[in-house]
Amino acid sequence: MSFEIIVCGGLAPDPLQTLEPVPGPALKNEMMLPAVFDPWAAHALYEAAHLAAQMPGSRLRVVCLAPKAKLQQVMMKMAQKLPFELIPLDGPSNGFSDAGPTSEALAGAIQALPDVDISRLLVFGGWESATRGAGVVMQMVGERLGITEQFLAVDEVKVDAGALVIKERVEGGQHMVSRCAGPPAVLAWATGSLPEPPNHPQTGMANMRTMMPALQKAAAVAPANGVAYHEVALPKVQRETRIVKDLSAAEIARELATWVKE
Amino acid sequence: MSEPAFEPKPLDADILCVGFGPATGGFLTTLSRALTEGGLASQAFPGMPPQVICYERADDIAFGVSGVVTRARAIRASFPEFEPAEVPMATSVCTEKLVYLMDPDGASQRPAWMQAADWMLQAFSKLTKGQKNAFEVPFIPSFLHKNDGFVMALGQFNQWVGQQVMMSGQAQIWPGTPVAEPLIEDGKVAGVVLTGEGGEIRAPLTVVADGPVGAVSRRLDDIFGLPEGHKRDEWALGMKFVVDLPEGVELAPGTVFHTIGYPEPEIFGFFYVHPDRVASVGIFIPSWMESPVRSGYRYLQHYIQHPYLWQYLKGGKLRSWGAKSLLESGKRGEPYLAGDGYARIGENSGSTNVLTGSGVDEAWLTGVQLAEGVIELMREGRPFTRENLEAAYVTRRRASWLEKEGAVAENARNGFQRSLFLGFLGMALDGLTGGRLHLPRARREKPPRKLIDHYFGRLPHSYVEQIVDHCLRDGRPLHDALMDAVGWPEIPYDGQLLISHQDALLVGGKVQAPGDAADHVIFRDHALCQACETRICIEICSGEAIHPGDGAVPAFDREKCVHCGACLWNCPTANVMFAAGPGGLHSAEN
Repeated sequence: MSFEIIVCGGLAPDPLQTLEPVPGPALKNEMMLPAVFDPWAAHALYEAAHLAAQMPGSRLRVVCLAPKAKLQQVMMKMAQKLPFELIPLDGPSNGFSDAGPTSEALAGAIQALPDVDISRLLVFGGWESATRGAGVVMQMVGERLGITEQFLAVDEVKVDAGALVIKERVEGGQHMVSRCAGPPAVLAWATGSLPEPPNHPQTGMANMRTMMPALQKAAAVAPANGVAYHEVALPKVQRETRIVKDLSAAEIARELATWVKE
Repeated sequence: MSEPAFEPKPLDADILCVGFGPATGGFLTTLSRALTEGGLASQAFPGMPPQVICYERADDIAFGVSGVVTRARAIRASFPEFEPAEVPMATSVCTEKLVYLMDPDGASQRPAWMQAADWMLQAFSKLTKGQKNAFEVPFIPSFLHKNDGFVMALGQFNQWVGQQVMMSGQAQIWPGTPVAEPLIEDGKVAGVVLTGEGGEIRAPLTVVADGPVGAVSRRLDDIFGLPEGHKRDEWALGMKFVVDLPEGVELAPGTVFHTIGYPEPEIFGFFYVHPDRVASVGIFIPSWMESPVRSGYRYLQHYIQHPYLWQYLKGGKLRSWGAKSLLESGKRGEPYLAGDGYARIGENSGSTNVLTGSGVDEAWLTGVQLAEGVIELMREGRPFTRENLEAAYVTRRRASWLEKEGAVAENARNGFQRSLFLGFLGMALDGLTGGRLHLPRARREKPPRKLIDHYFGRLPHSYVEQIVDHCLRDGRPLHDALMDAVGWPEIPYDGQLLISHQDALLVGGKVQAPGDAADHVIFRDHALCQACETRICIEICSGEAIHPGDGAVPAFDREKCVHCGACLWNCPTANVMFAAGPGGLHSAEN
């Protein structure tokens, strides 16, 4: 048994950068800042690669909607981590794109692939996004593709006798385990359990033989934005930094609890 | 699973570049244009276009710490239609001033002649035209001026160049990929060895452009040595803030101030205004500074509060911060520029001009010159031997303005090895006579003073020892305690622009090293650290990554290291091993 796995993902300005929303809406200086593959989608990608490696004959592709120049930069890092094929869409990246048109662009790109075997198709993505957590894009992608088996906040997937055993996060810090007869299915991932793979230049060089031509031919996509924003602002958070060495976990927990109570 | 086919081959690429900065930018821009024209074939993969790969240590190609003002002669030659508006944070220079800063705090260690100059300027206030504690020098020597150039953020310029190169499809630039060392076989460079699991990558030509403290460059120097009479003994640490200027500040984009005199007489400073009311402001701490207390961060905080600058900066907000070493030996520190299978370009090739205070454009030019030579060799089907590279690349370099201006600058700073006064005198003499007259270089380098000697007459011997003991006991660097003791005022933290060093590490960027990376700074012989009195590595560390450890051997935290490399050249016993490692990207705005 093998799968056709397609991971949907976008870019996010490096989450450790200072981000400032500005009217537009947009993020100030977004194109100037380093970007990363959206961390939620990245978890989905690591899990997808792991699953594909377990199931010989599987194929792994990534559909990514982002400004082409930034996408090229980020892929030079992601491509070193694991083997995959890239389907780039040249479009906006900031977190203010509406979920509807975004899902339309992603689903459209998948539908346009000439060689997708829908009976083996697993569509992966992030349950949320680091740019703006609407949390609905993957469901919409599924609906547009006509895939009704959808799982949200997934932390684990196993293959058992051809069926998918999927662990999802549910309310109250609980997990729910479902059994899905098989593809097609949409899995919107929470964090999974796999770490970021180390860079492997040889993998990157191999990936780039297909990625570079794909990036050069990336189609421009301009999803219509169905939402108007009247005002955007950062949360009013005050960071207080202290440097303390050798504090035990219990002491840290006690201090946090006191702070929360206050 | 579909895995793009990859078969190990004797060669992995035609050309490997180590490091992505302005030199590699010039190289790849020129080379990729020629490759786009076609007619050049790959040696590594017959029948395919040449495979060109660049490995950059940092996590992004936008790593490049310099709020730079440059005449951009070579850059403009590459981009004749260059419009600064195309590059974020770039603009044309509109105003340029050289400003002498007096000491409003009375805490700096000024020589008598400088104190007399301060007294004169304050006594005859007409000279300062009402400026508080500052004197705008009425003319800028022609060798210093940049008034036909641009103010830029090097990180943004690098990103702009890198995107164009990659969009050409003629070269791959891989970030997050440190190169550990050159791969040497039979006395020839056959490629590179990557850190971690990267292994060996082979190519007929390795272009070494890994900056002032690059591991590959230093290894080549170890193996092949430097040409007779050449030395790498002059350095500086550059540290800068990128600041959102407060509302109401009307400085025009392109305003440039070069400063001398404060916070210490040996420290040069700069203030460049970018578009959208953003400024780069920073200082250079030279290796010939007498003080062993070389805290770039604390000095920079005092620098920005100088009344001449504070009038523009007060109420501003820190956007990002960065630091880098500058190899200031210039042509005197030039290594062998070409050898069998390799060529060297950029700052580590001795291209920086310390007289004109310019390095980015010079580095770019070296890359262009090498690319032109490489294209010539490829077209003629000639191998990348030392002789061929010398004929095609080094000859171009020798015939260019880079060589002529480098020769003028070669002895410009000789005087600083003797005294500050002679330093300024020698620089003026050399610059104004086009290098025909200059002071002779001292036989010995000027090492930093011992603490006791440096504070002689200012702090009692026993008090200095007491401070040293207390700092050692508390695990703190010395600089804050010593600077407080000699009268430097306390920093009035405002949480916006004046923030702690650790907070600066978190503002506007990151310093990230993967959790499984090995420490890239190692203290070789612990006995030497035990015997070291000053431990300047701790005092100058740009990210407070080196700090007092248990006992006298410093501790290192790679998560805080910005890879400035200052520990390397500040260790008086060359006891620091500074290897290639990932991480160290702070901000793309630098």
